[in-house]
Amino acid sequence: MAFDKMELRDIEVWDGNFAAAQALRQAQVDVVAAYPITPSTPIVEGYAKFLADGYVEGEFVMVESEHAAMSGCIGAAAAGGRVATATSSQGFALMVETLYQASGMRLPIVLNVVNRALAAPLNVNGDHSDMYLGRDSGWIQFDSYSPQEAYDLNFIAFKVSEDHDVRLPAMVHQDGFMTSHTAQGVKTMDDDTAYNFIGDYKPMNDMLDFDHPVTYGVQTEEDWHFEHKARQHNDLMTKVFPKIQTAFDDFEKLTGRKYNIVESYDMDDADVTVLCMGTSVETAREVAKEMRAKGIKAGVVGIRVFRPFPFEQIKEALKGVKAIAVLDRSAPGGTPGAMFNEIAGALYNTDDRALLSGYIYGLGGRDLTKAHLVDLYTELQANVDAGKVTTPLQQFIGVRGPKLAFL
Amino acid sequence: MQNNGWDEFEIGAMLRSFDGVAKDIPLKQPEDRNYSSSNSFTASVADWRIEKPLFNKDYCIDCQFCWIYCPDMSIIARDKKMVGVDMDHCKGCGICVEVCPTNPKSLLMFPEQADEEAELAGWPEKDKEEK
Repeated sequence: MAFDKMELRDIEVWDGNFAAAQALRQAQVDVVAAYPITPSTPIVEGYAKFLADGYVEGEFVMVESEHAAMSGCIGAAAAGGRVATATSSQGFALMVETLYQASGMRLPIVLNVVNRALAAPLNVNGDHSDMYLGRDSGWIQFDSYSPQEAYDLNFIAFKVSEDHDVRLPAMVHQDGFMTSHTAQGVKTMDDDTAYNFIGDYKPMNDMLDFDHPVTYGVQTEEDWHFEHKARQHNDLMTKVFPKIQTAFDDFEKLTGRKYNIVESYDMDDADVTVLCMGTSVETAREVAKEMRAKGIKAGVVGIRVFRPFPFEQIKEALKGVKAIAVLDRSAPGGTPGAMFNEIAGALYNTDDRALLSGYIYGLGGRDLTKAHLVDLYTELQANVDAGKVTTPLQQFIGVRGPKLAFL
Repeated sequence: MQNNGWDEFEIGAMLRSFDGVAKDIPLKQPEDRNYSSSNSFTASVADWRIEKPLFNKDYCIDCQFCWIYCPDMSIIARDKKMVGVDMDHCKGCGICVEVCPTNPKSLLMFPEQADEEAELAGWPEKDKEEK
């Protein structure tokens, strides 16, 4: 091997960006084509430094835009290499056109998305607007709530994405600054253990196989386009969850760290539940415990896999709950909130008829405080006591000015 | 392939150029290669053409200019001798005629429906140099 191994302590103090960069090094990614953007910059910068220092054998391609970054990744993946990059916000938005190309061509690229608001007004802080923008792109989307999870989920992403039954690209999301720039203790794997969890990259229909030449990026019109998209959707719907579950199980055996497609905290007997993603899950978990001390049976549900959407797992996680608040950290753009709608869709045909209300919060990095969540759980308990939703279905948390609510 | 369902394709909307292993392809003539049914070699695009080139071998000097310049590899040559035009793939761009150096040209454009024998019989005379 033409690279040096790095000795890591069992627990390192890493922020989410460095944790992801270390994961890309340990995965020995062959090609990173990148156009760095705040707050994701240190991920590709970290890979580039590991490469320059001889800790990884690969290629860093500097390009002229995020569109070109993902295009470079697509070319490298089609050629037959292990490929990854990172982006945020406006860069992610520029990448969108090529995201659909990557998933349509079934290329297993891992994209670290450090979630950040979308302009205008320009904002570098974390919200989930960019994550939501990718939700129809045909990628697998993992969400991490901490640097530890950003590190771990990168390995899960490579393992699932590169599986020949899957061959779909995957995003690993983390919250801009809240995760990406907050240093915490991260339990590490040594280089061999980490690499062997994913294994060598196994090419499939690679363009560098000159004995079997292939054409990527073909055109199909009304005659065949529908069949190809149907196949892609079928595989995303049926093949991905079993592979993710296996990867989670294997990872738990290896590290002791357990992940679930939908994460449930204090949900066994919960009456009121907050459902959210990202760092907010950790805040909500703390508040739920405090609410229980006050006699409110509070729980938290966190979405670990946003795409494919865990329709059945969510129904199971929310069984028996009386009131649910769905938190959307994205400007709703004229709808009750994407997650609210999807949860409503998942629960509509269940018998529980839980009281469902939606909240828009945290836009542009606005803090979601414990006080906000105390009020929220109190409101949910009031809904339970009244037997109906006593508030408008869509409320805004933490915005200045007159109270803003719709529906 | 006509009735294939969504589950009968290879994933990735990816097309194979050849059936089986493609060994020594550069050393084989196109007609001897195992092109797949999804390769454009097996499809005719003759109906894209509104004008066609006709080849008159009486004037050809086998300079191979047309073979080099044709953007669709539609000039058929064997052992550096011009054989003719692949009319299944020629799109009628006229570049071969443009680059032909003979006098008169040994390739000329005609309407798609023109009769080859009649046009060859009436091929233009050599241009006289004006002094």
